Amino acid sequence: MAPLLNIKDLRLTIGGVPVLNGIDLAIEPGEIRALVGESGSGKSMTALSVMKLLPNGARAGGQIRFNGTDILAASETEMCRLRGDDIGMVFQEPMTALNPMKTIGEQVAEGIRLHTGASRAVAEERTRAILDRVGLPVAKFPLGRYPHELSGGQRQRVVIAIACALKPKLLIADEPTTALDVVLQAQILQLLQDLVRDEKMGLLLISHDLAVVADVADSVTILRHGEVMDRGETTQILTEQAHPYTRQLAQASMHVPDRSRPRIAQDDGPLLSVRNVARIYPGTRTGLLARSEPTIAVDDVSFELEPGQSMALVGRSGCGKSTLARMVLALDKPTHGDIALSGRRIDNLGEAALRPARRHMQVVFQDPYGSFNPRHKAGRLVAEPLFLFDTPLSQSETRERIDTALERVGIAPKDRDKYPHEFSGGQRQRLAIARAIITEPKLVVADEPVSALDVSIRAQILDLFADLNGRLGIAYLFITHDLAVARAITDSVMVMADGRIVERGRTDEVLRHPQSDAGRALVDASPDLHRSLARRIGEQG
Amino acid sequence: MLNYAVKRILIGLATVLAASIVVFAMLEIVPGDPARLMLGMNATEDAVHALQEQMGLNQPLLARYFHWLGGLLTGDLGRSYTYSVPVVDLIVERVAVSLPLALISLVLSTAIALPVALYSASRRGTVADTASMGVAQIGVAIPNFWFALLLVYVFAVTLRLLPAGGFPGWNAGIWQALKALILPSIALALPQAAILARVARSALLDVLGEDYIRTARAKGLSRPGVLYRHALRNALIPILTIVGLQFAFLLAGTIIIENVFYLPGLGRLVFQAITQRDLIVVEGVVMLLVATVILINLVVDLSYAIVDPRLRNRP
Repeated sequence: MAPLLNIKDLRLTIGGVPVLNGIDLAIEPGEIRALVGESGSGKSMTALSVMKLLPNGARAGGQIRFNGTDILAASETEMCRLRGDDIGMVFQEPMTALNPMKTIGEQVAEGIRLHTGASRAVAEERTRAILDRVGLPVAKFPLGRYPHELSGGQRQRVVIAIACALKPKLLIADEPTTALDVVLQAQILQLLQDLVRDEKMGLLLISHDLAVVADVADSVTILRHGEVMDRGETTQILTEQAHPYTRQLAQASMHVPDRSRPRIAQDDGPLLSVRNVARIYPGTRTGLLARSEPTIAVDDVSFELEPGQSMALVGRSGCGKSTLARMVLALDKPTHGDIALSGRRIDNLGEAALRPARRHMQVVFQDPYGSFNPRHKAGRLVAEPLFLFDTPLSQSETRERIDTALERVGIAPKDRDKYPHEFSGGQRQRLAIARAIITEPKLVVADEPVSALDVSIRAQILDLFADLNGRLGIAYLFITHDLAVARAITDSVMVMADGRIVERGRTDEVLRHPQSDAGRALVDASPDLHRSLARRIGEQG
Repeated sequence: MLNYAVKRILIGLATVLAASIVVFAMLEIVPGDPARLMLGMNATEDAVHALQEQMGLNQPLLARYFHWLGGLLTGDLGRSYTYSVPVVDLIVERVAVSLPLALISLVLSTAIALPVALYSASRRGTVADTASMGVAQIGVAIPNFWFALLLVYVFAVTLRLLPAGGFPGWNAGIWQALKALILPSIALALPQAAILARVARSALLDVLGEDYIRTARAKGLSRPGVLYRHALRNALIPILTIVGLQFAFLLAGTIIIENVFYLPGLGRLVFQAITQRDLIVVEGVVMLLVATVILINLVVDLSYAIVDPRLRNRP
């Protein structure tokens, strides 16, 4: 029997630039096939080729056969019939994948009515059924809800409902859980697995995360620069790691940097001390005089951070970890409690009085590109925090500091005259780190600093963080939902849930034997390559 | 939604009140005595005193403001000095020309611009797109009075299909009156249509790049299906903004076209009143135009909330 989807020697150029150079890939009904690779490897373009939703200027060659149809030769009308009916697709970014102006009911029913010609009432009935199937029962989530009234995980369920409404033979999921926290990720992956098993769908799961793949995929195809590097049955490919690139990816994804203890005199007391801090947002106005209940984002949090210590703050999205970080950075004022840096309170200071403190605490964000002005050169971007010095630096001093900071993060000083778009994603994150360390701070707060990076670059950036911690004695507060990052780079960890610290301790102990419910939920949901492989080998006997 | 609407309406009313203070104050800021200014250098003392009496200038400032404000609320804007008729009558007569003219132009402009924008956006980068946007560019650049003269030359002078100017009044029959407004509305609408088409096209193109358009395509919608069912409504906010601004302009800023076609509209009334220093008329018309613009903005604000569900729960 011919496979459900059979891609042979798929070649693709966009504007004359080769993107795919002969991809072979097949999926049987009921099979979960993972497509793995780093950014730019051609994973998404392979998926969009199957949907024939390629960007303008794309030229495809080779062959894609789906259920007897020659996709590359099919007309647009034939493709419109296939899309949403026999082939469904789920995308990465649930926050923007739904039309903000239409209700979730309309958006799910639209595809049903389009393909089946069903009446409004029948389509609505089917919409109810599929939303119920993906975990959004109509009793709690009426069809009249708009996307902005749902959370990220709930929106992704709606997108899955749209894709699966007509029980497609093939489902394509492009990084469906990358934008979600680990607990939601586990739920969505389970939902996809259940749908595939119940409906005998084929699933093409695009992912950069080998641990996720090891957990759910039957077979895997590994791409690099538009070519297939390795392919086969998942457990075999990932345990044997016969192909050097597979080995490289697996090692990078589990990379733990060497860390030497920083040499810090430990007599000055804690670097950062947070005491009984709370942040309460007043409720939104619901009437001229009425307000809804206030939101308690951070609730009575206390902790201390020693000089040179690296601490992780982990928790699910919305647990209050970013709000806490903003208060530590004095970007937001606590409603109660106090925060001190090197023994001096910072939560009650005005902007001018904060300047000396700001010099000693800097921040690195998740998205390196979004945090740079694209019209400024690297040198100027890195030098931004230097205005925090009381006496302005001379031009030569500024130049010297820029060069030192760039060298420390592994960028050649001559690159100071380049613009942000001329750097790769990993280099941009190095620039962001250079900007953070140029004032020689004592504390760097890093908010998901590696979650937007490919695994090999992620490993390098983690090495850099470890190196700067050892050499310069910078203390870190790492905010993350990725326990692998916490494990790799921190000494201690705090687990946050509903605005409170529910568990704290040494990173290895907490992550091995979490005591709190929130801690256990995070650890259980976190994909782990070794654990997944061990479980699956056990299942296979 | 109700909160949003109530708040917008209250803000609108407050703005009208603030505007009335500004308009009233402008008259006061004019150096010297308004009555003397209106009557000119050679007026006799008696005439000046009589006008001062008529305008109530010998009363205290606040009392005059509240008297004027009370007049506004009851529809009494005073008597025009030059025409010797109530200002309200003058305005009603002119609005009967200006309002239909503005509405016809607005409908015409939107009816031309939206199809062009949809056509262009769906064929981005093609010859058809470039050509229609090129025409729109020319439309933006052409001064409307020149275009108006061209229309008069072709349709009135050469083809003799439509009148070259003047307005017979609505009593002369609806068709006769409408005929007089056809060429002016086209002259007003085309440049507006060109601007609106360009704005609407770029708004549509922005929306077509969004993730949810890809979701809709993956659902099986065709390109035109996506354009009409998903892109258009999402692009409406910038389109409504421009339409609101254009309506305000069409009501008050049409003086050049009114002059070309010799139409007795609001624009000409203000212009004549200013040249004749008939400050009472100026005050009344300006206040009316300000209130209308605020009303248009209110309607635009409320229609935002109808279009975009995310705005409905905003306080």
